[in-house]
Amino acid sequence: MFYRIAGQYKTSYKADYALFPVRQDAILLAIILLVAFVVFPLTASDFTFRALLIPVLIYALAALGLNILTGYAGQLSLGTGAFMGVGAYACYKLVTIFPEMNVLVAIALSGFFSAMVGVAFGLPSLRIKGFYLAIATLAAQFFLVWLFQKWAWLYNYNASGAIQVPNTQMFGVTVTGARASALSQYFVVLSIVCVVTFFAINITRGRIGRTWKAVRDMDIAAELVGINLMKAKLSAFFVSSYIVGIAGAMFVFLWRGAAEADLFDIQLSFRVLFIAIIGGLGSILGNYLGALLIVALPVIIGTVPAMFGLPISSAMVEHLNTMIIGALIIGFLIVEPHGLARFWAMIREKLIIWPFPH
Amino acid sequence: MNAHPGNDLIVAPDDDGIAKGALLMDVKNVSLAFGGVKAITDISFDVRKGEIRAIIGPNGAGKTSMLNVINGFYTPQTGTITFRGHARRAMKPHHAVRQGIARTFQNVALFKGMSTLDNIMAGRSVLMKRNIVWQMLWHGPALAEEIEHREKVEEIIDFLEIEHIRHTPVGKLPYGLQKRVELGRALAMEPSLLLLDEPMAGMNLEEKEDMSRFILDVNQQRGTTIALIEHDMGVVMDLSDRVVVLDYGKKIADGPPDQVKADQAVIDAYLGVSH
Amino acid sequence: MESLHSILIAPFADMAAAPDFLIQVVWEGLVSGVLYALIALGFVLIYKSSRIFNFAQGIMVVFAALTLVGLYQMGVPALLAVILTLGVMFVLAVTIERVVLRPLVNQPDIILFMATIGITLFLIGLGETIFGGENKRMITSELYIPTGSWMLEPFGGFVSIEQRDVTAVVGAVALVVLLLIFLNKSRMGRAIRALGDDHQAALSVGISLSTIWVIVWFIAGIIALATGIAWGARAGVSFALEVIALKALPVLMLGGLESVTGAIVAGLAIGILEKVFEIYWGQPLLGGNTEAWFAYILALLVLLVRPQGLFGEKIIERV
Repeated sequence: MFYRIAGQYKTSYKADYALFPVRQDAILLAIILLVAFVVFPLTASDFTFRALLIPVLIYALAALGLNILTGYAGQLSLGTGAFMGVGAYACYKLVTIFPEMNVLVAIALSGFFSAMVGVAFGLPSLRIKGFYLAIATLAAQFFLVWLFQKWAWLYNYNASGAIQVPNTQMFGVTVTGARASALSQYFVVLSIVCVVTFFAINITRGRIGRTWKAVRDMDIAAELVGINLMKAKLSAFFVSSYIVGIAGAMFVFLWRGAAEADLFDIQLSFRVLFIAIIGGLGSILGNYLGALLIVALPVIIGTVPAMFGLPISSAMVEHLNTMIIGALIIGFLIVEPHGLARFWAMIREKLIIWPFPH
Repeated sequence: MNAHPGNDLIVAPDDDGIAKGALLMDVKNVSLAFGGVKAITDISFDVRKGEIRAIIGPNGAGKTSMLNVINGFYTPQTGTITFRGHARRAMKPHHAVRQGIARTFQNVALFKGMSTLDNIMAGRSVLMKRNIVWQMLWHGPALAEEIEHREKVEEIIDFLEIEHIRHTPVGKLPYGLQKRVELGRALAMEPSLLLLDEPMAGMNLEEKEDMSRFILDVNQQRGTTIALIEHDMGVVMDLSDRVVVLDYGKKIADGPPDQVKADQAVIDAYLGVSH
Repeated sequence: MESLHSILIAPFADMAAAPDFLIQVVWEGLVSGVLYALIALGFVLIYKSSRIFNFAQGIMVVFAALTLVGLYQMGVPALLAVILTLGVMFVLAVTIERVVLRPLVNQPDIILFMATIGITLFLIGLGETIFGGENKRMITSELYIPTGSWMLEPFGGFVSIEQRDVTAVVGAVALVVLLLIFLNKSRMGRAIRALGDDHQAALSVGISLSTIWVIVWFIAGIIALATGIAWGARAGVSFALEVIALKALPVLMLGGLESVTGAIVAGLAIGILEKVFEIYWGQPLLGGNTEAWFAYILALLVLLVRPQGLFGEKIIERV
């Protein structure tokens, strides 16, 4: 009823290429943006921002970066955490070396550092394929985290070995550091995520996106239709690592406030990978759905049994959470390998033809 | 991310400056071996502008290897290939595409997760130039370029009569249609030379007739030169202007269909006279 | 000049100056290498018979060890606990085959790989939920594994050899020999190898795929338990071992995914080289803890030269 596409004719290719060829999609997005930009800021508590909304957005962005590499270009990566670390440390160095620099600029620039490191570790993809390539990203994962620990210059020789985010202001409002309010950080995160998502949608649906998908589906055939494999793969590593890098910078600057090298260990890489898998590889929307699930799950496990008078310890919450995520991954792969995004697509199809079954 | 090297070699098929009937490609003394196994031994033949050239031979005769050499996927140990006046032995496949060589494959090599439209659009990747910054913004030059190429692709979709499966992922299509989409993808590259590797393998009679018609139309309406491998002798003899016959990696005959059909060596090869 | 000397000459001078210490270092590395090789071996078996890149192999090691210790702590006698743990590993193999592999048969490799990551996570959560997350002591002496050490005195120095490490090496060799005999002599073993060569052909001679998968995963489980005991004796038992278990991956890639020989050779090589590198280069020059990445970088460099690994089958691309 709500999803009627009858009567919405496209009379030009341009109309076919609109961001939302179906009007209802645009309306739905408008509602979501309204909620995100107006309703949440008016109603949500600091706890909701810090425990749910901000991490969901940042994890979703990291998963989006990984999805470009793994879901679109078909190159498996197990090193997302370390690439986030590169972004975070680069941002920290930029902000401490150039204290006058706007933190938005620092975040945007820090992405280039992770992009370059990503391309360096992506170079082996030109020779090594499939599972063997996982070793390149694992090498990046372990080597980079080791470097974050040993290279004291990166954390300005702090005795603790940790990076501490300084207070910075933007338009007179403190956005990073201990004095920043959750609300201002949320707005910064939300804005960056919206802009990057818009760019990502455009890249993935145009020529470059097709090139990546062609390489993913059959790299030999892609080469034989004239696609330069080196360019296609390295551009995927570049764009992916750039997005992952700024997600890493935001992870520390706009959420955690401080970080040690261990924060970027392989567990983080896996968490982002799970979000991408559960959300749906090769989809943009899925990253948000997956991040929502992965971030909300421990909160739900921690609070719901308590409501029924069954309080469980925080260690138990963590253990159950791990187990459930594992089961969810297996379940999704069996029921719907394309993840939550495909579920939404199916629901939407049903809505369009409702009340008829076909 | 900008300007592919070798873009200057791209020329639309009809204005590549070679007159119909003149030499388009000359293969000279090409040999290819894998380890000790010889796939092709000292083969020479030519392809003229505007013709349909067939390469035939029993299984394992080296036909597909020959196509792989022509489009740069394999590097022959000896010999040269002169295409539109440029001689070469080794090149990357994407350079071959930029010189105007497109092909289809024996086992369909489509991008299974992508729609028919995207598969054919992927064939135009080489011809599209807007860089990543324009792509990010989408509205403006990138969209204009996308629409310009979409129009060309829609012409091909019309021509191959596959409008109804435009948005279907090709992995879900029946085999005969997949072959047609693959032909569409090759056509989208606007090649001067189109290589077809068993375009009719595994098809029923009706599908074969459709495909034959498409091949002839491509050749006559678009003026595209075609080199094809095919097992169905009836089809080969009807379609092609000249035929080259391979057996055990060697050339055993070359000429118009009628002459080749009467050649004793060809008859022996097909009837399996022991060597 | 100074730095070149410290990289190229000083380490070797140190080795020559104290050969007994070098022997100690190599022995330590060798023992780790044997354990890496064992994990990689379980992996190769599964890959050969089902083309599944089983990320969970390393975690099965920890899970098996944790189950063993957990059962003992619940009051089960040590030897009975071993048998029960084997039972658990068998149930695990059957469950994985039924619940995960069977519904996913014929899916793309990457999907199956992701599923084994799901198994990994599930096993960690399950193990911690049942047995708790804290580090546990392996029941070494209860299993009659000697815990003393021998002192050798080569070159006038001395080398200390832990008896439990010797037991681990001897046990590992015995396990590998048994496995090779099983693969080469028994009907089931031949079936597993046939499956590795050609799925269709193996099916057409009447071998049930499910049976083989259960058996292969069970064998991988046995190897996991053996590895878990040996490892637990050295480092205690907890899921923190996961990071060490991940090292089977570079071992595999270095050896080639399908080669039993490759897994063994690469395991030993990585075990020894990373130890030697850490002691003679890592600690004096790089601030130590290079074992965290050495294996991965080494495997990466080798793969750049030989993309199919040292013993892998050459990949020929066709269209």
